[in-house]
Amino acid sequence: MYTEQVMEHFTNPRNVGEIENADGVGEVGNAKCGDIMKIFLKISNGIIEDVKFKTYGCASAIATSSIATEMIKGQPIEKAVELSNKAVVEALGGLPAHKIHCSVLAEQAIKAALRDYYEKQGIDPTPILGEPVHDCHDCEGCHA
Amino acid sequence: MKGFIYADNAATTALSKPVLEEMMPYLTTEYGNASSLYELGGRAKMAVERARGQVAAAIGAEQREIYFTGGGSESDNWAIKGTAEAMAKKGKKHIISTAFEHHAVLHTLERLKKNGFEITLLPVYENGIVRLEDLESAIREDTALVTIMYANNEIGTIQPIAEIGEICKKHGVIFHTDAVQAVGNLKIDVKAENIDLLSMSSHKFHGPKGVGALYIRKGVVIPNLIDGGAQERSRRAGTENTAGIVGMGKALELATANMNERNQKLTQIRDRIMEGALKIERSRVNGDRVSRLPGNVSLCFEGIEGESLLLMLDLKGVAASSGSACTSGSLDPSHVLLSLGLPHEIAHGSLRLSFSDDNTLEDADYILSVLPEIIDRLRSMSPLWDRIKSEEKN
Repeated sequence: MYTEQVMEHFTNPRNVGEIENADGVGEVGNAKCGDIMKIFLKISNGIIEDVKFKTYGCASAIATSSIATEMIKGQPIEKAVELSNKAVVEALGGLPAHKIHCSVLAEQAIKAALRDYYEKQGIDPTPILGEPVHDCHDCEGCHA
Repeated sequence: MKGFIYADNAATTALSKPVLEEMMPYLTTEYGNASSLYELGGRAKMAVERARGQVAAAIGAEQREIYFTGGGSESDNWAIKGTAEAMAKKGKKHIISTAFEHHAVLHTLERLKKNGFEITLLPVYENGIVRLEDLESAIREDTALVTIMYANNEIGTIQPIAEIGEICKKHGVIFHTDAVQAVGNLKIDVKAENIDLLSMSSHKFHGPKGVGALYIRKGVVIPNLIDGGAQERSRRAGTENTAGIVGMGKALELATANMNERNQKLTQIRDRIMEGALKIERSRVNGDRVSRLPGNVSLCFEGIEGESLLLMLDLKGVAASSGSACTSGSLDPSHVLLSLGLPHEIAHGSLRLSFSDDNTLEDADYILSVLPEIIDRLRSMSPLWDRIKSEEKN
């Protein structure tokens, strides 16, 4: 059901962990829905110097977190701002239809961490990142 | 890594060798239509009737009370929709069931609800067992049917079927039980337990897939399932799946023959895993510890998600299942686990291991040797686990 890339990132996830005194921390999802992603960013001179994640969820939640961190690590902050869930899905060689929301979650987790970073810098993040997402991401049919 | 441990026997079982051997002639030389008059057809007919006798004997029924179907879901559909149709003519449009039935029952009931039936789903409480006083007080003048599963497919809890049968008999209500998980695993006597209708499925006890049966007690009249031929006493038309039926009969005969001995072994495997798994912090066994199928273990581990756990187990050569949302294809965890009152976040971390006579105590030891490290690994990357631990400290 999963592509090789998904299984690879699930079994050998990159950038797992936390960053002490991170410049930006974002968390999305909730326990009731079965997935939580937390992203830690270290940013200096406009470059994502380090990124770590912690994820509670299914294999695709772990794999999307892993690859998303890999896609922004060492990149200019703009790259992280622009990262879309579609790019994450493509990098994984596709996801089953009912797992697409995991990639949305990964995008939102990074945006939440960036939002935190901008706020700490005294910059209004909304013009850059758009409106913040609510705790319950755009999942359909959650009866929680 | 060990080769492969199949621990998902509640999903399906491997076809046993003696069963395949019994089936082979009917897949090759004995291809006759059981309705044909010449000898080849006659032999097929005899084989079908012999299997019917084997199935009947396993549950204390008469041979003529067994109707072969295409499987457990079909049997459930027929029993419930058929009884509903028959009883609606008498003005009875109320059905009692439980919150944790298989979807073959629950979705059938939902359909009937749309057609004007009133459905009462009894709670099953933390131990996963229905309470007789709830049933007593739910029965009404217009109750058409009580349908309660014999043993639950996810958590393995066994319901007080004989007592339920007694209550239904007292009130003159038809009693159907979905016994798909119980047949071949538990001693069943439809007469002593006052069961009117009972569903079963061959592939749960080492028989072939695509064949099952419905026991319909003599005197219980429900409409035909399929019109169009004299097969199954004209109630379920269609040329018999001779090989499948022969396989089912043989498989059930074998399952019944060594049941006590097998269940002793399965109970040992089950209890060893339950005890071992409970040593993992923040783990729990779902459903009653004693009144459960001998081969069923249902566990929850806090702070992790079931699908990840299953895939990690698969990488270690263990095939199991989970009631997590991610494995159900929806965003909600299993209705069975929720019916026990478990919160969503705990139900997401569920694991079902189900064993058959192909398993050994060594399998249990192997599973217990890989389980803690997998759970540790997933917890080490789980922010939910961090939260649980920090709440512990406060």
